[in-house]
This record gives sequence, C-alpha cells and structure tokens, in this order.
Amino acid sequence: MITVIAIVTDGLVYAAWLFVVAIGLTLIFGVMKILNVAHGAFYAFGAYAAATAIGLYFDRGWPVVGGYLAIATAAIAIGLVMGYILERVFLRRVYGRDEVVVVLITYALFLILEDVLILIWGTDGRSAYQPYTEAGSFTVGGLPLSVYDIGLVGFAGLLAIASSLAIKRTTFGRLLTAVIYDRETAAAFGVNVTRVYTVTFLVGAVLGALGGALTAPKISVTPGLGVEVIVLAFAVVAIGGMGSMEGALVGALIVGLFRAGAVHLIPQLELFSIYAVMALVLVFRPQGLFSRAQPRKI
Amino acid sequence: MTGLRILLGAVILGGLGAAAPFTPLWLISLVTLAMSTGLVVCGLIILWRGGLVPFGQALFFATGAYTVALSGRWFGLTDAFLLIGLAVIMAALVAFVVGFLLAQYREIFFAMLSLALSMILYGVLVKSETLGSTDGINVTQASFFGLKPRGPGYTFALFWLALGMVFTAWVGVSAYLGSVAGQLAGAIRDNEIRVEYLGISVTRLVHLKLTISAALAGAGGALAALSISHVDPQMAYWTTSGGFVFVTILAGAASVPAAFLGALLFEIVRTIAVALLPGGWQLILGSVLLLTILFVPEGLGSLMIRKRAAVTEKGAA
Repeated sequence: MITVIAIVTDGLVYAAWLFVVAIGLTLIFGVMKILNVAHGAFYAFGAYAAATAIGLYFDRGWPVVGGYLAIATAAIAIGLVMGYILERVFLRRVYGRDEVVVVLITYALFLILEDVLILIWGTDGRSAYQPYTEAGSFTVGGLPLSVYDIGLVGFAGLLAIASSLAIKRTTFGRLLTAVIYDRETAAAFGVNVTRVYTVTFLVGAVLGALGGALTAPKISVTPGLGVEVIVLAFAVVAIGGMGSMEGALVGALIVGLFRAGAVHLIPQLELFSIYAVMALVLVFRPQGLFSRAQPRKI
Repeated sequence: MTGLRILLGAVILGGLGAAAPFTPLWLISLVTLAMSTGLVVCGLIILWRGGLVPFGQALFFATGAYTVALSGRWFGLTDAFLLIGLAVIMAALVAFVVGFLLAQYREIFFAMLSLALSMILYGVLVKSETLGSTDGINVTQASFFGLKPRGPGYTFALFWLALGMVFTAWVGVSAYLGSVAGQLAGAIRDNEIRVEYLGISVTRLVHLKLTISAALAGAGGALAALSISHVDPQMAYWTTSGGFVFVTILAGAASVPAAFLGALLFEIVRTIAVALLPGGWQLILGSVLLLTILFVPEGLGSLMIRKRAAVTEKGAA
C-alpha cells in the first residue's frame, strides 16, 4: 500500500514538473510549428538564474517568503531576455522554412547556449536548497511529504487552469487559436501573426525558465541539466499530441506515473519505461493522444 | 557512375593507404574515426534525399559498436571482417524490425520516433550490468584473417580496412542513389501521394532506405568500436545522433565523397577545438551549424556542385 502511495505522490510531483516544462514546448510548437530544442537551454538558464537569485537573497537573511518571489522574478527575467533575443535575431529569419530545418536551428542554438551557460556560471555545481528545506515537510502514513513538492503540484494545477482559461476566454487566446488553426487565414483577417509569434515564444521561454527555476532548489544545479530535460519534454509532448495543452497535461501524468512506478518497482527500467510508453502511444496514435490527424494534401 | 570515376576513387584511396606509414599515428587514428562517421553519414544521405531526418541514427551506430564488443567478449570472435559483417547484419536486422513501425512516419514524427527508439537502447545500455552499464566495455584487439598486427601495425591495418569500407560504401551508395529506387527519393520528398499513384509503395521504399542506412551506420559503429577499442552508452545518446545530422548538414546530401570530407572536417575541428578551447566545443559546433543552415542551406558539398554548374554554363555560352 505504502508503495502505491509513494508511486502516486512521486508520480504527481514528477508530472507537475514535467508539465511546467512541456507546456511551454507544446505552446511554441502548436502556434509556431517550431520544435524548440533550445527549450532545454531556457530550462537550464532558469535553474541557474534561480540558484543565483536564491543565493543572493538568502545570504542577506531576508524573510523566507520573498525567496519564492526571487525565484519567479529570476525565471521570468531570464526567460524574457533569452526568448526575445532568440526570436528576434535567429528564428525570425527562418519562419516558413522546412520544420526540420528549424529544429536544427534550435538545436544549434541549444549547443551554443550550453557553452554560454558554462562561460557565465562556470563548471562547478551550485545548490540553492533553502526554499526547499525552509518550506518544511510532514509525514502521511509514514511517508515524508515535502511542502515544496505539494506547492509544485498546486502550481502546475493552477497553470493548467490558467492556460486553459487564457486560451478560451481572452482576446489573445482566441487570436492564438485562430493562428493555430490556419496561419494564413488568420493573417488575412488582420491578425498580427508576427506579434502573436513573438508573444508566444516569450511565454514559452518564460515557462521553460520557470520549470528550471522551480527545480533548482531540489537538485544540485550542474551544467548539462538541460539535455535530459529536453528529451523528456519531447516524450511528454509527443505522447500528448504536439501543440495540445490537454495533451501536455495527460502526457506529463502518464510519463510521471510510469517513471515513478518503474523507479519504485524495477529501477533498471527507469529510462526505458518512459520511451517505451512513448513508442507504444505513437504506434497506435502517431499524432499523439490529443492531436487532430492532418489530412494528406495531394 | 562511370568506370573512370571508380578508378579515380580507387587511386585516391590507394594513395592514402600507401601514405599511411609516413603519417603520424594520431592523424591516422583521427582519419579512421572520421571515416566511421562518414559511413554513418553516407547512410543518412540516403534518408535525407527522401526528406527524412533521423534523429536517432545512433541506435544503429551503437548496435554495430556493441555487436563488435559483445561478440569479442561472449564468443571470443576477433576477426575484423567477421565482426564488421556481424555488426552490419545486426544493425540492418534491428532497422528491418523497427522499420515496420518507423517507415509509416514522416517529417518531425519520423525524427521524434527514431529519437525515442535510440533513447530506449540508451536506457537499456545504461542500466544493464551485463552490457557494461555506464562504463561500457573494452573491445579486444581484432585480427585480420589470422594475422594479429600489434602497435602501429594495428592502427595501419584498421586504417586500410577503413579505406576498403569507404570504397565499398562509396561505390555501393552511389550506385543505389543512381538506381530507380534511389532516384525516387526526391519524388517522395516532393509528393509522396503522386509516387503512390505510380504504383510504388512508399512505405516499403522508406523501409528499404532505412535498412540500408542502418547497415551503413552499423558498419560505422563497428569501425569506431575497433578504432577506439571501447564502447559506451554515449554512442546511443541523442547527442551522437545530433552529431551525424550535423555532419550531413555540413556536407550536404548532394554527393557521397562530400560526406567523408565533411566527417573529416568535423573530426579535425573537434580535435583542434578540444585542444585549444576545451569548454568551447559545443559553442563552435553550434555556430558552424547555425551559419551553415542560414547561409549555405544545401551544405558545403553544394558549393562544389554550384561552382561546377557555373563552369558548365560558361562553357555552354
């Protein structure tokens, strides 16, 4: 019984983290049709920026609550700066080129940013555990639960609701939907597609950085942490259906629970389980669980 | 391909082989390694022309490499030709099996699914003690028809073997690309459904291309395993696949020799970059990739062809 609870809680925490990372990726893909490998760099920079901010903040002995604000501010700031530079300087040149070519551009950017990260922060690992430990923990049925982790699940839930509302209820969300369905028709009706693209990319970048920033207190922040994340996020997005928000949520839950199950029951299969699930889903639904099948054009 | 070009290729490769004893050993090892990458890229070109970008070619590369390492460890096989043959067969077999699934997909989905499949292998290799786990396995030194050269002689032997493989791959792949099945690649990329209307099964054609490219990747993996004398799970990781895609972009899919020149350039730049700027390797790699895509979208190989085309036009006028 305790194993089941452990699997579910671990799975949920892991899924929450995956969802925050994957929703940015799927948003950018859905709107811009760009499979953004550089998302892993947003994640890594977010984690480092948060670690730095936490270090600076807690060294001064200021109240703990502000520390969480510091994380969010750092993530949003770095996400906006990076997103703006990448979109303006590089991606804008290749809109309309083959999807695979654009993937390779973002792959190149990812490689570059990995080294830039080391140039800025060095190769030593950093820890910024204060927000995690300060939040405290309690035990349920002999199982320790961290308040920070619960907060993470709550945040992911709020994010899911907020993004769903933002898409369905706000003007920008409706414009976004129009662009997702048909970019050219939307442009013909006077939607400023370029602006929609820029805003989407910025939001996606901030979400990626936020994913990293929220993880920073839980791990030792070391170079190379973006690599693992990007492939995982791909798996989540592919399972859910590329460009689908509900898909990202369901994909994150599936991957999170499967991985937690594997970790607790058959630890050898941890990585294997994730990609095996992905391959299995793609066998039956190549376009992912929540994506519409595209008609073939002759 | 004309007999004259085959002869020219043979002379160039033979010249390289003859020059080996007068070349520093590190350079020979580097070129051998570059040729193993070149073999994989040769296979990528076949898919590339059909508009398919495999982001998981490391699956077949690592299959080839591990086949060599494990055949030596479990069965005591040391003959280089036998090992490479086994590696090619294993890689092609894996591709044939996963091909039933993979050949149904195109574009991003093809790339993603091949990535996922290679990551499955990576996951298995990392966690499996019998397969060497994260440390990998050492490869025992190979023999060549009973001969067991050691020291510099072994490096030369591998280099000559690599030259032979390159020659075979070059002739074979050029012949395939010139054949009807090879020529259909461009048609598949442009409009698959029209190809189907011609009465040709695109799925089977893609399946075939995948198997051929996997056999080449297996050969490359086997050569790399013999040349490094070690295999590890990193060979199946997605960054390895990314490296192959990188070289293909650098070289372009236009010609087979360009694949080998691109691979050589890649290894040289990597060696220099690691020596001069240990922390800046990815920075250089990424910048070159970015500049190539933005300014020479057809690859460096296309520069040669473009020049040749310009000359012909001038000649016509």
